[in-house]
Amino acid sequence: MTHDIWIYIAVASAVTLAIKILPLTLIRGEIKNVKIRSFLHYVPYVTLAVMTFPAIIHATQSPISGGLALVTGIFAAWKGASLFQVAVLCCTVVFVAELFI
Amino acid sequence: MTTDNRQALMDGFRDGIPIGLGYFVVSFTLGIVAKYVGLNPIQGFVISLLNNASAGEYAAFTVIGSDAPYFEIALLTLIANARYVLMSTVLSQKFSPDTPFYHRIFVGFDVTDEIFGISVARGGRWLNPFYNYGAMLTALPGWSIGTALGIMAWNFFPASAISALSVALYGMFLAVIIPPARKDKIIGGAVAVSFLMSYLAETFLPEISAGNRTIALTILIAGAAAILYPVKENDK
Repeated sequence: MTHDIWIYIAVASAVTLAIKILPLTLIRGEIKNVKIRSFLHYVPYVTLAVMTFPAIIHATQSPISGGLALVTGIFAAWKGASLFQVAVLCCTVVFVAELFI
Repeated sequence: MTTDNRQALMDGFRDGIPIGLGYFVVSFTLGIVAKYVGLNPIQGFVISLLNNASAGEYAAFTVIGSDAPYFEIALLTLIANARYVLMSTVLSQKFSPDTPFYHRIFVGFDVTDEIFGISVARGGRWLNPFYNYGAMLTALPGWSIGTALGIMAWNFFPASAISALSVALYGMFLAVIIPPARKDKIIGGAVAVSFLMSYLAETFLPEISAGNRTIALTILIAGAAAILYPVKENDK
């Protein structure tokens, strides 16, 4: 570890707070540029998808339980389960699956 | 404090209770990741208090874990939290001209998916910042204390429990991306392409760090979607 964790935290926090606070304080009118609006519109879904898979199958003790959690989570979210319900369900699936693996 | 403001504060607090509880559980598992990359409980508390962002913090932890340069954590935090630019912009339109300027800073301090959701869902032409402050009273302690406890409790948990809890965060991500992917074919396609390309990139280009992979694929896929399928003004 050659980098300081406190500096990492300071940099990440400064960026996050700037993102959250600057538009609220600086932008009074609406963003008109369609390309920028569209890019910002798609960014969260792509980022979260890329971070979820395949990381989820490496997070667990066995890739099988992680894979089952992924499939179950997609199914539950598709059926309209809440954020909290999906998270708990994924954990339960991994816990139960690993009793048998 | 006026009666209106006190009422808004109470409403926000009430609506924030399930948010705070959910945050506590999810941030607890985030704390497990934080511990894994070397954060102590105080560091976990501070980063969660100042960021209050699951994807952003998770992204930051992947950078810390790979001991990458500082600019990488800045860039990845920027990408992972880019959606807050949209939310903060939307909220900027809901401030009455009579509301003092400093309220914009305090409301901006804790823009999260859930607080944004309930404050927009509350309706009305203007936003009362005290409603957001009420919700923050549960959200901020839930998130930051949960992270610190996750870091502290790591040692007391058996491997099977850690393994199970470690997917909570991914479950939360799925709950955010899947419902819009179901409703909107373009988003659904973008999510499917993201899964596929992330898998291919990890398999065939393993030397690229997880953080850089996220940045590159986000710019590539979201950029392509924005050019091919621009969102019209009234599609939001």
